[in-house]
Amino acid sequence: MKTRPQDLDSILENYPRRPQHLIGVLQDVQAAFNYISPEHLARICDHVGVPVTQAWSVATFYKSFSLEPRGEHSIKVCLGTTCHLKGGERLAEACERDLGIERGQTTADQRFSLDTVKCVGACAEAPVVMVDEDYLGRASISSLKKEFKRR
Amino acid sequence: MKKIKNTAGLQTLRQTLLEAQDPEMPVVRVCLGPGCLALGAEKVARAFKSAVRNKKIKARVQPLIKGTGCHGFCSQGTLVSLSPANLFYVRVKPEDVAEIVATSLEQGRTVERLLYSDNGARYRSAAEIPFYRAQQKIILKNVGIIDPLDINDALMAGGYQSLAKVLTEMSPEEVLKTVEVSGLRGRGGGGFPTGYKWRRAADNARENPGPVYVIANGEEGDPGAFMDRSIMEGDPHKVIEGMIIGAYALGANQGFLYVRHEYPLAIHHFSIALRQARNRGLLGKNILGSGFDFDLQINRGAGAYVCGEETAIIASLEGRAGEPRTRPPYPAQEGLWGRPTVINNVETWANVPHIMEKGADWYTGLGVPHSTGTKIFSLVGKVKNTGLVEVPMGISLGALVEGIGGGVPGQTHFKAVQTGGPSGGIIPYELKEIFTDYHYHPEEFIAAKKEISVDFDSMAQTGSIMGGGGMIVMDDHDCVVDVARYFLRFLEEESCGKCLPCRLGLKGMLEFLNRFARGQGSPEDIDALESLGQALVDGSLCGLGRAAPNPVLTSIRFFRDEYLAHIVDHKCPAGVCRDLISYRIDPETCNGCGLCAQECPEACITGKKKKLFTIGQEACIRCGVCQDVCPMQAVQVA
Repeated sequence: MKTRPQDLDSILENYPRRPQHLIGVLQDVQAAFNYISPEHLARICDHVGVPVTQAWSVATFYKSFSLEPRGEHSIKVCLGTTCHLKGGERLAEACERDLGIERGQTTADQRFSLDTVKCVGACAEAPVVMVDEDYLGRASISSLKKEFKRR
Repeated sequence: MKKIKNTAGLQTLRQTLLEAQDPEMPVVRVCLGPGCLALGAEKVARAFKSAVRNKKIKARVQPLIKGTGCHGFCSQGTLVSLSPANLFYVRVKPEDVAEIVATSLEQGRTVERLLYSDNGARYRSAAEIPFYRAQQKIILKNVGIIDPLDINDALMAGGYQSLAKVLTEMSPEEVLKTVEVSGLRGRGGGGFPTGYKWRRAADNARENPGPVYVIANGEEGDPGAFMDRSIMEGDPHKVIEGMIIGAYALGANQGFLYVRHEYPLAIHHFSIALRQARNRGLLGKNILGSGFDFDLQINRGAGAYVCGEETAIIASLEGRAGEPRTRPPYPAQEGLWGRPTVINNVETWANVPHIMEKGADWYTGLGVPHSTGTKIFSLVGKVKNTGLVEVPMGISLGALVEGIGGGVPGQTHFKAVQTGGPSGGIIPYELKEIFTDYHYHPEEFIAAKKEISVDFDSMAQTGSIMGGGGMIVMDDHDCVVDVARYFLRFLEEESCGKCLPCRLGLKGMLEFLNRFARGQGSPEDIDALESLGQALVDGSLCGLGRAAPNPVLTSIRFFRDEYLAHIVDHKCPAGVCRDLISYRIDPETCNGCGLCAQECPEACITGKKKKLFTIGQEACIRCGVCQDVCPMQAVQVA
């Protein structure tokens, strides 16, 4: 995979100054900084030439963007149909209890962010939880607790 | 990597590559498909690679370790196949690797315990296993065989041969005609005739000269489906080849691969495949010396289900929020930047090279009239053999779920099958035996009676749709009210909010179902819910809203009794809806381990070690943790 550029300027350099690149820039900034800060959003708008309102509408429309800082590790509990049938919802609740946060939130120590996602495409091994880039199939709350400790 | 200058160069390269192969070279293929990855397949692949790297294998020829796409038989993961020995190992763990190396790779013997066995029979090779035997792999032919990160592997397997044929022997019009005659229909769910779409775009481009665009829709948002993910990860070159051929027919010079951001591996594999194809001269200027220019770029989706809708993809590619717009004008008339655009699903594009290779007549010979070719299904849920299957269209539902899928573990038959994701419906077991015109039964699963056939039109007759190919099997422990509610919640969140029927209608429908799940409401409410659903079907702007009521409407049509059980009797027969159930510990099976009491978040389970534990019903929130942790399955739903 591409190495992540760590400062905003080098991300912006990769993109021509055209509105069609708004989503691409936002994705790279999200990947590099874990969220999109108001300052970054303003500079991105300058670069691709769109009003802040449009960038705001895009950044809040798509689920992969966050306007608040996210935790070091992302936990995504899959709630696709198969995972739902096989107890994904229970797993999500158990994670909420274990981490002391609700879905969509980040722990106070900024270690974990908890989200639910709609199908990661590993339905045969439901229920599935993604911790960072790893897929955990046939997940149970006890296997997840171990995984949280390991990270 | 040297550029291939013309089609003769492609043949020479392929010959050279094939001749360089040592037929005796052992090849170990480790499945790195979605299912196996979730079971830790990467560790298995690493263990094999380190054994080779550290020269731990005492054999004349060192084996080649390949990480491949999905082998399909996900419930038996991690899957490992060995050639030329033709061995197929299932449920391989990293700690099994040493034994496979010592026994199979060094001594040429079989590790019996890792073979797939069922009903007392052991199967040495994949081809012998009933799950595979009844399938007909065309689109998935190379998936699980080739290394998707190496274009040479794809070339040896016949990749880009159809492209060479098209560029040298066929005119764009002939390509178009072939797709039209083949009867290919969109695999994304709608089943719209692909040839018709292409023809309209080509006509529009002729009347109004300028750029034309092609797009692959890889926003596989339907939960419970991973066909496209497996194609993109396992054989990306097939999609690319299909798109180049399409672009040639349509006169397009630029294409886009729109891939879901939840599929990072698919994006990674595509980006490598594109680079290699460019280096080989299969993309870019003057492809294979034909004078035809075409290039592709990847656009990552940003997380929006509605972006599977074609006008929403266009909005997203233009850098805007992915809100659909009214059609007409269709993308074939006014698409990306106002130009004629053809958007096809990933699987549809992957069909194109095969149609060009073997011709439209061969293709119409597969499947049934009006639904030609094969279709890939992800067979998941409460079924024994979960995984990815490719079968001719028109296979009977029974052959698919009970034959290939092996039926529901512990129950005589399935309760229902959910097809088509949130836009589809719920087909009850009873409908399995209704008569439809077309049938295909693999020889092993001859049905006693005529059975419903799985094709675009027969599925539509049931009120469901075939959709992208997700087949979620439900058993007696799955509640249809809960599943209908699940889909409504899903869609209510994903509705873009542009049109009123969808934005408010879904909220209203969900309100009904939330009450039903709590045992509230009256039988008249079911009628009101149906009528509200019909309003969405009639009044919504795009396919999301128009199809959104399908799961609710089909579940009411076929399972009205189950709705009434909730509303009138205040019972959830499947034991799912939380407000209508209670948990109890069976005194006969409880071994008094106390794990449930330890894990109960409300601390409402009491008892002494090695004695019976009991649940305090007043404090119980019915979270189900006790049931999940109980090693004896003593916690039961009452």
